[in-house]
Amino acid sequence: MALFLLQRLGTLLITLLVASLLVFLVMEVLPGDPAAIILGVNARADTLAALRAEMGLDRPAWERYLLWLGGLVTGDLGRSYTYGVTVWELVAERIGLSLPLALMAIVLSTVLAIPLGVLAAARRNKAADVGVMGFTQLGIAIPNFWFAILLILLFAVHWQVLPAGGFAGWDAGFWPALKTLLLPAVALALPQAAILARVTRSSVLETLGEDYVRTARAKGLSRRAALWHHAVRNALIPVVTIMGLQFSFLLAGTIIIENVFYLPGLGRLIFQAIAQRDLIVVKDLVILLAASVVVVNFLVDLLYAVLDPRLRGGGHVL
Amino acid sequence: MSSETRVASLREFWQRGRGQANLMIGLLVTLLLVALAAVSLFWTPYPVNAIDIPAKLQPPSAAHWLGTDQFGRDVLSRIMAGARNSIAVSLVAVGIGAGIGVPLGALAAARRGWVEEVVMRFNDFTFAFPALLSAVMITALLGPGAVNSIIAIGIFNIPVFARLTRGAALSLWQRDFVLAARVAGRGRTRITLDHILPNIASLLIVQMTIQFALAILAEAGLSYLGLGTQPPDPSWGKMLNEAQTLMFLAPQLAIFPGLAIMVTVLGLNLLGDGLRDLLDPRLRRLR
Repeated sequence: MALFLLQRLGTLLITLLVASLLVFLVMEVLPGDPAAIILGVNARADTLAALRAEMGLDRPAWERYLLWLGGLVTGDLGRSYTYGVTVWELVAERIGLSLPLALMAIVLSTVLAIPLGVLAAARRNKAADVGVMGFTQLGIAIPNFWFAILLILLFAVHWQVLPAGGFAGWDAGFWPALKTLLLPAVALALPQAAILARVTRSSVLETLGEDYVRTARAKGLSRRAALWHHAVRNALIPVVTIMGLQFSFLLAGTIIIENVFYLPGLGRLIFQAIAQRDLIVVKDLVILLAASVVVVNFLVDLLYAVLDPRLRGGGHVL
Repeated sequence: MSSETRVASLREFWQRGRGQANLMIGLLVTLLLVALAAVSLFWTPYPVNAIDIPAKLQPPSAAHWLGTDQFGRDVLSRIMAGARNSIAVSLVAVGIGAGIGVPLGALAAARRGWVEEVVMRFNDFTFAFPALLSAVMITALLGPGAVNSIIAIGIFNIPVFARLTRGAALSLWQRDFVLAARVAGRGRTRITLDHILPNIASLLIVQMTIQFALAILAEAGLSYLGLGTQPPDPSWGKMLNEAQTLMFLAPQLAIFPGLAIMVTVLGLNLLGDGLRDLLDPRLRRLR
């Protein structure tokens, strides 16, 4: 187990290192001198040179890369050109929106998908199964931003029960803030739920055919008990993996969904930072997002190994 | 395979496929979409970019079947031209993905060793970046536009095809007929071209259909964000973006482009599922 852990940890670190190098290189090629963008077109040459020196832009690329990497490791993310505050402050401000939003979406999609998937598997080829599979086909085909727009049309324009966009802020109270996140969370959750329900269905169908389920039934367990205690429990292992992989899609989804609802979260921040050529913010955010994806998948791998010891690979088989 | 047996197997395919609802519906929707896009090349009800301010924001009517937008442009004409745009972007993007990914995957399987290691590590690593985030970064780097969104979407199709090709090819390399070819002294490249690729072609076709659907969604997302096709050229994503600002005035504008995206993706997914069932009946059991 320790060896397995170390191997995975090593891969994780290498992945992050390569990711940081790539992000840095991409940002290097990006046209536009950040100092010139801050000072505008009428800047004097000496002011420009002074700012470039202050920002470290006059140093060689490898030195800037190492400085940035060092900053990442020590937690010094640097300062945003456009906002004039440290990147940490920007992130801290926005994570209070993006994290609860992502969590709401994960909870919603899980709560919706697993029962639907199990239902479809248990009632295979019956009306319920056909209905669930039809729903998942639609859920996968609907672009999440269009679904978001439809939700706005229905709940904000037509019934006027929920806001069309913006974030009330947690200072406004728990319920008002939650209300502004409800539609975005539903819009994010739907495609995830559709995929997860399909995975759950096929995973449960697979375990239903296993010998241990037949044994449980032969032992006198009811269909329902055999389904929930034996088939579903084992079927959830691949489902957890897919949930880990979906985390990355969820993050990508927030970029677009936060734009639809004008939410000041991390996704919108990264989008705006790219538009404003605020390279420090872009670099830091991209690497933070990549790191969170890698770490979440690492944790899923661990969970997987805990759930199913056969998968600990790299250890001793005998 | 002689041309006669090829025709025979095509006919057999058709006979087997005819009974499959998902395949037939998917095929129909896809053909309809392609037809719509093709017709838009030489005919649309109104000129695509013709502005007619007095006729702006009209609801669907006999003159404008799907209504008009804020500049009085005909929505149906723009959706037809948008189909052309979506298909073109997605087709080229998937072409790039398969064109680079398949050779990489085949190479990894044929060579093993460090070549495989490099290809696969690169693959693992692209997983760390959500595709849309990277696409946003790439279009930011290259500037917004249809061509750059093709590149952005194409790049993220490469690892998908590389992984699939390698996995399928690896198992083929263990098969007797490949071993026989090796014993007969055929080179790795020859074997890959003559034996490996023809045997994984059906798998690749199914994957291309699925990636095509994903590319349509990605293109719509990028142009919704303003990074894809630029105005005045119509694109479904951009139309939705514009409709969102007019939601209280003309909610119908937000309906049709989204419906077009959904039906297209649905059709392609059904086609992909249907093809998979047809080409690999073993998978049907589980789905």
